[in-house]
Amino acid sequence: MDVIVCVKRVPSTTTRVVIGGDRKSIDPTGVEFLLNPYDEFAVEEALKQRDAAGGGTVTAVSFGTAEAQKELRTVLAMGADAALLLQSAQAPLCDGATTARALADAIRGRKFDLLFFGKQAVDMDQHGVGPAVATLLGVPCISEVVHLEVKDGKVTAHREVEGAHEIVEAPLPCAVTAQKGLNEPRYATLKGIMAAKKKPLDVVDASVGEPLVEIVEMKMPPPRAAGKMVGEGPEAVPALVQLLKHEAKVL
Amino acid sequence: MQPFQELDYYALDDLLTEEERMVREQVRSFVDERVLPIVAAHWEAGTYPGELNLEMARLGMFGPAIPEQYGGAGLGAVAYGLICQELERGDSGIRSSASVQGSLVMYPIHAYGSEEQKRAWLPRLASGEVIGCFGLTEPDFGSNPGGMRTRCRRSGAEWILDGRKMWITNGTSAGLALVWAKDEQDVVRGFLVEADRKGFSAPETRHKWSFRCSVTSELVLEGVRVPESGRLPEAQGLKAPLSCLTQARYGIAWGAIGAAQACFDEVRNYTLQRQVFDKPLAGFQLTQEKLADMATEITKAQLLAWRLGQLKERGQATPARVSMAKRNNVHMALQIARSARGLLGANGITLEYHTGRHLCNLETVLTYEGTHEIHTLTIGEAVTGIPAYR
Repeated sequence: MDVIVCVKRVPSTTTRVVIGGDRKSIDPTGVEFLLNPYDEFAVEEALKQRDAAGGGTVTAVSFGTAEAQKELRTVLAMGADAALLLQSAQAPLCDGATTARALADAIRGRKFDLLFFGKQAVDMDQHGVGPAVATLLGVPCISEVVHLEVKDGKVTAHREVEGAHEIVEAPLPCAVTAQKGLNEPRYATLKGIMAAKKKPLDVVDASVGEPLVEIVEMKMPPPRAAGKMVGEGPEAVPALVQLLKHEAKVL
Repeated sequence: MQPFQELDYYALDDLLTEEERMVREQVRSFVDERVLPIVAAHWEAGTYPGELNLEMARLGMFGPAIPEQYGGAGLGAVAYGLICQELERGDSGIRSSASVQGSLVMYPIHAYGSEEQKRAWLPRLASGEVIGCFGLTEPDFGSNPGGMRTRCRRSGAEWILDGRKMWITNGTSAGLALVWAKDEQDVVRGFLVEADRKGFSAPETRHKWSFRCSVTSELVLEGVRVPESGRLPEAQGLKAPLSCLTQARYGIAWGAIGAAQACFDEVRNYTLQRQVFDKPLAGFQLTQEKLADMATEITKAQLLAWRLGQLKERGQATPARVSMAKRNNVHMALQIARSARGLLGANGITLEYHTGRHLCNLETVLTYEGTHEIHTLTIGEAVTGIPAYR
């Protein structure tokens, strides 16, 4: 079973983001970056499927800046066999379609049975790269998967949909985007971290086309307005209800 | 609860390798996800979270510096220090458990054991299949271990051990005790004693208000027979057990930073949120002086630990150098815990906040592995050439 897993370096969700001088990207100074949390589920599933099949390889691919080698090294430490960085200083400014083209160009021609993605990257929240890569490669894509079985050349996947699970099937090779709940991602063991040093991590320059979507400006959300004290105790309830109805319009 | 934010005032992250940072991140996540949610309940109940042993072992936290052929990960000194730091951010007792296994049991077997002993024990200790303990301190001999009364005498192909050890971390839960005893010529020797040997028992020390999620025990040896193959062949004299303590103290110097960071992070968040006289507690000068002192002391401690790690990787972390970092960093952490407890006000006495637990734990750390006072004299001897212990 040969598996490719696409991963992204993103700012930690606990980081307090500051907009950079160009007003189009965040200032990376002092920001902690890590492997996109949804990609952890994708990596775990890739490793599990490889091991369940009794052999094969897991290759991690990332489209990003030179710094993304750190996240790829983490994936190698978790147990992937090889990693490929499609390096571009432009990567953080690229839209989903451009990112998908860069990934698809690199994956085309490589043999794979399964292609994993996190369902979204927590920085841009576009949800689009996985399905777009699958479309460019002409393979089926099942998104937001919470349970996966591979048997007899096909996958059966449970998708999370509004209030229910949808069960779908697709033939291999197939792309899957991972939702929380798919598995419990492993920690990289200390031995894994030592072993990762010796695993291949190839870096190639990625040629990227013109983005279809351009980031014009980034703005911080407006500061939250001060709260309003309606009153205290049960006697304040009618006034609160009136305000929720007519001012906040939530009732 | 807000996610932990490490204080890195002097951008010391730049001094770490990518691999060292990765080790720290993995252990940090483990502590956030597996230790912190359960530690206060265990501490209150006075129980060790034994389920963590296998998880810590699987990650490679038992004997990470031991070479891979014996089940370790072959990590460098700084990476090992960072593991201790992150574990102790969780709890000093849990860090101690890993320290004892790695520095006080696996290290001496690796340093002083026969090839057979290394092959027999190290992989099982690394995997957590066997938990070990280290018996040096006695009821009447702590700072002066050379006075030990535990005896070993040769009887044919066996040794017979008699005596008592005290304040032994992991004692009751250990399957293997490394016991130090004097022979008939007063030479200190080390023995690997399986816990099921006749005459060996390890009653637990109860009613502690510190290290409540760590097992502390007495070891009782009454005519325990150990084969010659259970003696560490390369260990002769007090230097051998003292060298193990140097390893463990090195880890403690890092671990204390973790405890201090936990207190600092908690109290900084608290004082920023807590309103007093219509403004955040952190906005008062008395508070800021405390926070500024904490930040400065943590930064100094980080520099000591990092430099000591560099020296250790070059084989230059002498016992006297290790003493300075252990002494300074543990004292620093204890002072920060006390000061942070004060800033937390009444909240600081509950287990809902981590600071009080760290404060109680650090009272142990100040005393064990060489008391603060003994380390003072070690440094004193190093700078004057005059030993002043007696």
